[in-house]
Parts: sequence; C-alpha cells; structure tokens
Amino acid sequence: MASIATPDKHPIALANSRWARFKRVRRETLAGWLFALPALLMYAAFVLVPLLLTIVYSFYRWNGIGPMSWVGLKNYVTIFQVPDLLGTIFNAFWLVLWFSLIPVGLGLIVSSVIHRVATGRFGEIARTVLFLPQVIPLVAAGIIWGWLLALPGLINQMIKAIGLGAITRAWLGDFDWALPSVGLIGIWVLLGFCTVLLLTGMTRVDQALYESARIDGASWLTEFVAITVPLLRHEIGVCLTVTVTAALAAFDIVYVSTAGGPGNSTAVPGIQIYILAFTQRAIGLASALAVMLMILVVVVILPIQRLTRESRQ
Amino acid sequence: MRVSRSELWTGRAFLLALMAFTILPFISIFVTALHPSGTVPSGFEWPAHPQWGNFIEAFQVAEMPKLIMSSTFIVLAVVPVALIISTMAGFAIGLLRIPGSAVLLFLFVFGLTLPFPGIIIPIYFLERAIGIYNSRFAIVLPLIGLYMPFAVFWMRAHFVNMPAEISEAARVDGATTWDLFWRIHVQLARAPIASLGILMSVWTWNQFLIALVLVEDPTNRTMAGALGAFQGHYATDIPLLCAGTILILLPTLIIFVLFQRQFITALLQGAVKG
Repeated sequence: MASIATPDKHPIALANSRWARFKRVRRETLAGWLFALPALLMYAAFVLVPLLLTIVYSFYRWNGIGPMSWVGLKNYVTIFQVPDLLGTIFNAFWLVLWFSLIPVGLGLIVSSVIHRVATGRFGEIARTVLFLPQVIPLVAAGIIWGWLLALPGLINQMIKAIGLGAITRAWLGDFDWALPSVGLIGIWVLLGFCTVLLLTGMTRVDQALYESARIDGASWLTEFVAITVPLLRHEIGVCLTVTVTAALAAFDIVYVSTAGGPGNSTAVPGIQIYILAFTQRAIGLASALAVMLMILVVVVILPIQRLTRESRQ
Repeated sequence: MRVSRSELWTGRAFLLALMAFTILPFISIFVTALHPSGTVPSGFEWPAHPQWGNFIEAFQVAEMPKLIMSSTFIVLAVVPVALIISTMAGFAIGLLRIPGSAVLLFLFVFGLTLPFPGIIIPIYFLERAIGIYNSRFAIVLPLIGLYMPFAVFWMRAHFVNMPAEISEAARVDGATTWDLFWRIHVQLARAPIASLGILMSVWTWNQFLIALVLVEDPTNRTMAGALGAFQGHYATDIPLLCAGTILILLPTLIIFVLFQRQFITALLQGAVKG
C-alpha cells in the first residue's frame, strides 16, 4: 500500500490521517466484498443451501408432499440393511476400476508410446482422435454404446467374425456382464482425457532426461518405470481425482445405457438417488444415500489430493 | 533418438488400434443411421439404399430448431453471467485479497468435487417453491451456482499470479477499484476468460441430470437432456435414434474441431488447477 507519508508530526494531524486511511481501507474492503458477493450468493443459494437441506431431509421420512416426520438415523440404518441400497456403493467402487484405474493406467502407456514413437503429426492426430469422446454428451456416449453392445450390434458382430459366436449376448442386459460393459463405455470416454493430460505432463518433464536415457539404450519399459511414472505423479493424481469423481458420481451413462439394470446389477448411488427421490418418492432415504455419496467422494479424493500435494514439493 | 524400427512399428500399430477403438463407434452409428427407419440392421453393414432422409426425419421429430434455440438460450443465459460474477470473485480473492478471502476460497474449493446427484433433491423442491420449475430458468440458475467453485478457482488462479506493480501503478493514477477491475485486469484476463467460456458452454450444452429432473418439456431442455427424451420415444427405432444422436452431437464436435487447441488447453489447465 503506497499511502502518502505524512511528515507532519502534529498528533491531531497524524490521528486524522490514520482515520482517513482506516476509512479508505474499510471502503476498499467493502468494495472487495461487493465483488465477491454475486458469486457467493449464487453458490450459496444453489449449492450450499441444497447441501444443508439434503442433510436435513436425510433425518426425516417424507414423500415430498405430506408432512415430514423425524426418524433420526433410521434412513442410514436402512441403507446398511437393504442389500440393494448398499450394493449401489459397491457398484460405485467397481466402476472406479473401469472409469479410473484402467483409463489412467492405459493412458500412461498410450501417452508414453506417443511420446516415444509418434512425436510428429501422427501423434497429434492420435491425440485429437482419442480425445473426441470427451467432447460429446455422456448421454450420446451411452446411446452409441447401447447400440454397439446390443444383440445385433457391432461388438457381437466382431465376436462372431472371429469365430466366437457362442459367447455373443446382449451385453448390457446380462447380469454378469452389464457392469463391465458400462465400464467399457467409461474407458472409451475417459481414455483420451487421461492420455492428453499425461502427455502434457510429459512435455513439461525435462526432455534431457528422456534423451540421455535413450542414448543409454533404455527400453520403453525402463523409461516408463524410471522416468515417466515417478515424474508424472502430479498429473496422475489429477487424472485419478477427475476419473474417480466421475466413477462415484456416475449418472448419465448408466441412466441411458442400463438405467441400473438388469435387476440392480448396474445401479450406482446417482441412479438410486434419482429413482428413490423422483419415482418412489422416498425423499428421506434418497437424501441419506446422497449424504453417503458425498462423504464417500471426499473420503476417496482426499488421500489422492494429499499424495499429489506432497509430490509437488 | 534411438528407438528401434520394430518398436516404432509396434508402438504405431498399438496407437492405430486404439484410434480404431475410438472411431469405430462413431462410424457404426453413422452407418446404422442410413438404414431404413424401423429396421434392426446388423452393426456394421453399408445399406443397399442409404436413407439420407433419416436425418431430415430425425431433425423434424426431435424438433431440432426448437432444441437448438432452447440450448442456445440456456448457454447464453448461463455463460456470460457465470463469467462476469466468477471473474469478479476471482479478482476479489486472488488480487484484492480482501479480508476473509482464505475462507472464501476454501468455501469454493470445497464445492469442486461435490457430486451433482448429492444436491439435486433440494434444488427440485426449492424450484417448485419459488415457481421456476419446468422453465428454462430451472436449468440456468442452478448451473450458474454449480459452476462457481470451478470458475472462481480458475479465475483466482489467474489473478493471483498478476504482478502487484500493475495495480499499484493504476492506484497511483487514481483508479477506483472498478476501474482497476474493468479497464485493466479484465483486459489482461481475456485468455483465461475465453477458455472458461468455452468450457462452460460445452458443459451446459451437455448437461443431463439437471435437465432431466427440473424440466419436463424436452423443448425447454439442453441438447443432452433432449437427447435423453428422444431416446425414450425412439428406443426401438434404431436408425432414427442414431440419426438423432448424430445431429445432437454434431455441434459440439464441430466446435471441438474448430477450437481444438483452446479446448484441450482449457480442459487440461482446468484439471491441473483443480
């Protein structure tokens, strides 16, 4: 703050100037808060207040129209007792494998391959193509794959073409295969995102490291294990954060491709919350599941964030 | 570079295979869309008589002009407002560093990984109570709020790195806080604002859950929300469904190809900052 110095030593003048300064600082603070206010209000009205209300609803039994009755923790107990409800949380963790671990792992391999054998135009095209599924609506991804995985769809046709006609099935309608099939859609959508993000990280790493490794004749695997993975910890952490959130809070793809079925085999918390609240009118129970979902996301994301923070230092 | 020839070709074959895995689904629905409406074609077969008319039919039954109007309206209502208020908040937190800005920042960051399904129920009841349910504003207002954590965080990351000398020089010249914001810092922040604008436009266009829950009439929804309704009606007419899907994802694909570089940069910076 470059305030104009007052050489005047008179106490009253000094006090006056201090008062003026105080008033100016106060005015600036006020102005500053006015700048932050609109964003804060919108955020409070449509995120923070709903968040608190979700917690409040979760302690009541309510059908959305009639009176609310206090039930304490009963809704939470119900979730733990009803296998179909608790199952959605297990399904969410299963999805983490498909939406997160595989795309990040595969993305690491793909980006290091691009970095090693396709630095030119070809690499650029590969990057763009792999990124395409990331820009279309998830709903469209769900519809596209719903058709590909259907009985007469492309996947079964290819399986028949290589002579395995016996294993063809309606993949999304099969109790055992529906969840991995939904997972495949997740891989398709998220692989490009992870690849491009990791590739950007690789160009940030000192290229001399790669060059000297290659002069020493390092294989792709050595380079991958010794340089790429350790130095990309931050980017890997970011990929994990984004994809794990996408897995735990999945809704669009599942809703469009299977709507949670067959049975409850692909029901994830997002779907179950929607069904409970908007078709079964069990607002309290749906809210309890919503609170558990939010806690779950925080519990899973925090350790990942911690790891990335540490690697930055 | 010492990469052996065999490795070079294995690597490239691997990449080509993955590119095929990415592209084939698009080609498959395109081919399917050209089959006669109402038939169930097999996944990957060029039709004897390509039915280009399917696109026209899908355009009409999906009421495309209305959908495009509705989505455009929603994007134009959400993005400019969200940009202005998040830039202002980012400026206050990152540059003015108002007292309490650490708390404010924490509050916004807290919302970064909040899952949508977690807060959709009260939003539904709030909107019924204030009477905007089933209108386009039912989508617009919550989206602005939901974008705030990311948008404020993003703009703050820009402002926090601006050298203090710029603001001090302007202050000496007698600039008010508003001048400082509008005449100097917004002009300097055009690049991150533009990236944020592209991101929020695409997110809005592709928004599904909010549209599904808060608006019953598909012609008042976003593109993705309307596609969900379209699927509900035409689930059995595969060629028509594929044609409609292509029409709905075409605008985003075109925008992506046109603004590819900005798009990827924006998305990645956003992820890294987040």
